[in-house]
Amino acid sequence: MVAPAPTHFTPSRAPLAVVLKGLDKSFGEGDSRTHVLKHTQFDARLGELLMLVGPSGCGKTTLLSILAGTLVADGGEINVLGYRLHEMKSGPITKFRSNHIGFIFQQFNLIPTLTVAENVSVPLLIQGVSVTKAEKKARELLAVVGIPEKADDRPVKLSGGQQQRVAIARALVHEPPLLVCDEPTSALDSENGQHVMEILRTIARQETRTVIVVTHDPRIYKFADRMAEMEDGRILRVLQSPAEIAAAHINF
Amino acid sequence: MYRLALKMLFGDHAKYLMLISGITFSTLLMAQGASLFCGIMSWTFATLRNSRAAIWVADPKVEQVNDTKPLRDTDVNRVRSVRNVAWAAPLFSSTIQARLLDGSFKLIQLVGIDATTFAGAPAKMLRGRLEDLRLPNTVIIDDLGVERLSEGRSRPIDVGDVFEINDREARIVGICRAYRSFFGGPYVYTTYDRAVQYAPTQRKMLSFILAAPQPGRDPHAVAHEIERETGLRAFTESEFIWSTMWWYVKNTGIPFNVGTLVLLGFIVGTVISGQTFYAFVHENTRNLGALKAMGASTWKLCSMLILQSLAVGFIGYGVGIGAVALLGNFLLGLGKVPFLLLWQIPVIVGVAVFFICAISAVLGILRIARLEPAIVFRG
Ligand SMILES: Nc1ncnc2c1ncn2[C@@H]1O[C@H](COP(=O)(O)OP(=O)(O)OP(=O)(O)O)[C@@H](O)[C@H]1O
Ligand SMILES: [Mg+2]
Repeated sequence: MVAPAPTHFTPSRAPLAVVLKGLDKSFGEGDSRTHVLKHTQFDARLGELLMLVGPSGCGKTTLLSILAGTLVADGGEINVLGYRLHEMKSGPITKFRSNHIGFIFQQFNLIPTLTVAENVSVPLLIQGVSVTKAEKKARELLAVVGIPEKADDRPVKLSGGQQQRVAIARALVHEPPLLVCDEPTSALDSENGQHVMEILRTIARQETRTVIVVTHDPRIYKFADRMAEMEDGRILRVLQSPAEIAAAHINF
Repeated sequence: MYRLALKMLFGDHAKYLMLISGITFSTLLMAQGASLFCGIMSWTFATLRNSRAAIWVADPKVEQVNDTKPLRDTDVNRVRSVRNVAWAAPLFSSTIQARLLDGSFKLIQLVGIDATTFAGAPAKMLRGRLEDLRLPNTVIIDDLGVERLSEGRSRPIDVGDVFEINDREARIVGICRAYRSFFGGPYVYTTYDRAVQYAPTQRKMLSFILAAPQPGRDPHAVAHEIERETGLRAFTESEFIWSTMWWYVKNTGIPFNVGTLVLLGFIVGTVISGQTFYAFVHENTRNLGALKAMGASTWKLCSMLILQSLAVGFIGYGVGIGAVALLGNFLLGLGKVPFLLLWQIPVIVGVAVFFICAISAVLGILRIARLEPAIVFRG
């Protein structure tokens, strides 16, 4: 079940959270050099769940890494939540990430030797919050994603869907305004994928966060407020509403 | 964060045990080797530890205490007459094959001390009186001697018992404590004059002259004075100890062999723990990358690694030193194995273990520093 958008919220009018202009990025040297991002423009608004779709190798992950501050672009402007990342050094960018970005990875990347609650508290511990405070907050978040009873288990004892919920709790525990998710459902079955997306959607709405989801999975397209279609390092077009997305019949 | 770092490490039981045993083994090897070396070295100058004197005078060619070149008896008086010498006394010291009553031969470390001053006498008497050495045909033996000379007797040899050294009677009037000698023979103390009779006859029999400076005089200066006036060689006690040890270092394979053992310990420890630690970091690349993406600075991750390697080093070192102490106790109980755990050894081994941990951590750190946080998005 998809939660209906609140009527007062119009994503296309909300302020911009992410603005990327003239982004360039290539990998490798000499003959093996590949130009991945070619003067790419991109934006995302506050309070929306934006999907980034496109064929494999078109540069989605690269774009996501750059706007999340984990990869440095060769050129262009990167404005995220009022920060001009292209003008910042790696130290401040690291700090920026810890304060403003929540990460959700395809492979969950939970640390196997830590309990679920400890895993969730990691972003707070990185910020220097005390262990007791962090764990308390972690347990709250585990309740939000619906698995409070798993707090003291190791991640291996959890199903894929449960692990991804842990990852979502971890991405939200420090209340970051921007959530970046790279193929969050591709390691999950259809049902778990739907659950995970519902959680993400609800959270995006309630707290006016920006959620950017890179995906290949047509079954979750219906959760998007807007959808950016990417090909060969460029954004081809942006579908501006769920209705437009449904009408476009995109399939990668 | 640091608590989690330790949990990450301890949670990986296989790696953790591997690291601990690598460090433990390496600590054991290094400390054991060093103790063995110190043990052997302490044996080499046992005579110097048993007969204490501020100045030792010897033939100019003498470099160490176990290799004696006899002096003339008149040399004692020449040393006595040197300015600022308080006293000088003759000392006989030699390893001899002593023929016992039953015809068997035993190696003994025979020491003859001056009967009037008792200079060079054993410091600790376990039984009997030192003064009884002035009685005819008397000796004092050490506790090792009790063990060795009791062979073939119904009860352990004791004060009052008699044995023979080269057809001459030796009546035991005391048992003393003595440090074990390099050649392993028990110490047998008697007067200088009697020692000369017990030993196979040579033209000159005087091994060393023990001397003391006048109170307040520097032993070095007085030793120098003795050398200048007599043409003999004069060592202060510590000079002679070092000269003896140095002679064994130069002229035997002991330091090389033991050094190899210690070096091996260091290398084995470094390789095992360095490589395991590297594997640990390697296997955790994704998780460390995720931490880095989530905003953990390189410095933070490195200090986590350093903490992990130090934790491993600390535990492994503790277990290793404990094992060495136990092993040493056992070896000393056997009585025949050189083992001397000087307090410097744990300190130096500790520093070496610290280096091993540092090298291991650096290997991991190099990897972390190269880590692109973006890798966590790659499949
Ligand atoms: N670190 C790197 N070194 C070299 N080439 C890279 C690197 N990262 C990405 N590439 C190349 O850049 C191109 C775009 O990669 P990217 O991961 O952004 O694509 P994607 O759209 O996320 O693809 P997919 O849907 O398969 O995840 C690919 O050709 C990839 O091989
Ligand atoms: Mg990708």
